[in-house]
Amino acid sequence: MSSYVLTVSDKRMRMPSFATSLKLTAALAVNLMALYLVVVLYAQQKIAFALLVLLVVSSASYVFFSKRAYAHRYVYPAVAGMGIFVIFPLLYTVGIGFTNYSASNLLDLERVQQYHLSQSYTLDGGRYPFKLYSAQDRYRLQLQQPGEGYLVSQPFALTDAEVEKTLELHESNAAVGGEALKIRDVIKLKKPLQSLVLSLPDGGQLRMSGLREFAARAPVYTLEADGSLRDNRSGERLTINHEKGFYQRADGELLSPGFVVTIGADNFLRVLTDDSIRGPFLQIFLWTLAFSAGTVLFTMGVGLLLANLLQWDRIGGKAVYRTLLILPYAVPAFISILVFKGLFNQNFGEINLVLQGLFGLRPDWFSEPAMARSMILIVNTWLGYPYMMLLCMGLLQSIPQDLYEASAMDGAGPLDNLFRITLPLIIKPLTPLLIATFAFNFNNFVLISLLTGGAPDIIGASTPAGTTDLLVSYTYRIAFQDSGQDFGLAAAIATMIFLLVGGMALLKLRLSKMEV
Amino acid sequence: MAIVQAKSTRYRVWATHLGLLCFIALILFPLLMVISISFREGNFATGSLLPENPSLEHWSLALGIPYTNEDGSVSQPPFPVLLWLWNSVKIAVISSVLILLLSTTSAYAFARLRFGGKPTLLKSMLIFQMFPPVLSLVAIYALFDQLGQYVSWLGINSHGAVIVASLGGMALHIWTIKGYFETIDRSLEEAAIVDGATTWQAFFYILLPLSVPILAVVFILAFITSITEYPMASVLLLDVDQLTLAVGAQQYLYEQNYLWGDFAAAAVLSGLPITLVFLYCQKWLVGGLTSGGVKG
Repeated sequence: MSSYVLTVSDKRMRMPSFATSLKLTAALAVNLMALYLVVVLYAQQKIAFALLVLLVVSSASYVFFSKRAYAHRYVYPAVAGMGIFVIFPLLYTVGIGFTNYSASNLLDLERVQQYHLSQSYTLDGGRYPFKLYSAQDRYRLQLQQPGEGYLVSQPFALTDAEVEKTLELHESNAAVGGEALKIRDVIKLKKPLQSLVLSLPDGGQLRMSGLREFAARAPVYTLEADGSLRDNRSGERLTINHEKGFYQRADGELLSPGFVVTIGADNFLRVLTDDSIRGPFLQIFLWTLAFSAGTVLFTMGVGLLLANLLQWDRIGGKAVYRTLLILPYAVPAFISILVFKGLFNQNFGEINLVLQGLFGLRPDWFSEPAMARSMILIVNTWLGYPYMMLLCMGLLQSIPQDLYEASAMDGAGPLDNLFRITLPLIIKPLTPLLIATFAFNFNNFVLISLLTGGAPDIIGASTPAGTTDLLVSYTYRIAFQDSGQDFGLAAAIATMIFLLVGGMALLKLRLSKMEV
Repeated sequence: MAIVQAKSTRYRVWATHLGLLCFIALILFPLLMVISISFREGNFATGSLLPENPSLEHWSLALGIPYTNEDGSVSQPPFPVLLWLWNSVKIAVISSVLILLLSTTSAYAFARLRFGGKPTLLKSMLIFQMFPPVLSLVAIYALFDQLGQYVSWLGINSHGAVIVASLGGMALHIWTIKGYFETIDRSLEEAAIVDGATTWQAFFYILLPLSVPILAVVFILAFITSITEYPMASVLLLDVDQLTLAVGAQQYLYEQNYLWGDFAAAAVLSGLPITLVFLYCQKWLVGGLTSGGVKG
């Protein structure tokens, strides 16, 4: 942005003035910083982000310094915004689809190694029961030696700071006098006690291993030169399994947590072949299609009918009708969806109260799949018809009135008018907009997520999946719901949806014959 | 006015009025109901459209004022609604201003200047705009997680992240403004350039003042889109105090903690201003909306 503002007065400057040199210095500084960032990101194995920074900064430098790219300066910020926040995440998601990135394989190899190496275990025979004595604000530790005698510390202070503190112990035959602290007082001091490292006279180190004892602890694993780990308890070697992204014991047991590896098309194959995923996936896909088509059909039907009525010149008070009719469109969707969620509540929602009073019915709007789906269609028709009505009103005005007069002369009814005159004339300009509506509802995440959250659940699915889930909300739940968090699988499904949406986008573009 | 009239026309006019009124009653039922519920006592009360014992309990809580019940106990506001509204408005205003600035300059170049790759850029922007951000949320989260390590006000749980993320959605606004620019005669700018103005001056002093109406439309559209944005904010914002209204509002209706009455008051309080703005601006908005096809 800053370099953008600086370009305002570019063309007139011939001599390198103060402003120009300032501009050059600033650009140089930005580029150097960016280069540093790229190197850092590359060193951290974040190749995608390194490439992104490199691309954004180098194209920015070119666009804002080349005379030939003058026009591009105007479009650069918008294109860059789109590139960073739409296209990059899209490509990154496709990339994740080919990895095993998930709750169990969250970190990279290096961090997983660090985690394993930080694990420790208690050495045999190295347990020392302790007692804690307090005098004023200072404490003394007394450890019972395995044989005879004690190990005691000098008086020390306990602070809440989480820094490791080393404490020297020395041997003593006499116990520290006075009364030891009770266990509940020790519990209160657990945090600071855990940060203590006690050093023995013979050089060994002890850490707190329970509320009653300190113990000698050693790291469980040692890193070998080839990156594999040796288990210090058994001497067993743990090799890296690069296919699955885990450390593996000799008997094939995998050691959690795993790390992220590329697993090829496995996620895609899982969607196609694993029955507990394919079944729900197909069911959700069909419902998504039905939902989008149904929404287009209902909103279009209601909208066209209302537009026709409002178009009729014998109807008075059109402005009032119009304002009232587009009210559902004016209310923010996240509010009206939640309002419906409350109104449709099975137990004390107003809609069931009215239905009970009139017909004695109490439909289970949220627990029965068919009812839940009807509710979603009803709500979405309510939300969507004003847009269709506005579209149709615009299009109807372009139909010459004498066509209707001619048809009236021939004795045609309203239905003939609709099917023989109105529809054929408006369908062509309407089609691209209908496709856009279809695509929008195909991905109508907000409606599902706020209204039902996908409920009721599909039985027998191995991932979170509901009968009212759309593909998008299904993907979202696989990625973000507590029981799911399988980012790789979610990204694979997202990639499939990208292909579908891309197809729809191209179709829309072709049909609308946009002039560029 | 049609010359040929059927005899039954009068009845049909009355039937149409009746049908429209019934339909409107059905459509408005949920909205009226919510207003009514916001004045009822307690969170589980049922009753008619006009509350029998109107109470300001929920409104007081929605405005953040603790309410003293008749039995003397005091209810505390369950959520900081006004803070959420303020967060939403703050994010929406800043991101709309940014969107307006950037998409206006882009639209100018697309409408007036000649440069390589223009048709491709325009078309691909439209295509990529159809991909829902929900699907790349994992990547967006990773992106801002990364950004936050270098620029803290752009990290996860910051409003900066939500504002910046909204800059991905400019394509439709660019198309709208570009369409308007193309309806303005370019001879004015050409005259200015002949008189020695730079391209930028021609844009800034000639074209922009002529385009104020469409800029207002785009601002309002961007504002409404931002206020109602849910998926990205739901992943990028974590703390209760940081949430926007769209993300926070649903917390009223959890199964375990069902605050129907409190929700109703909060919904009316926060939804009403946005609704009124939309209705007030509708005659200008409709054109922009129908050409873009943003909202379903």
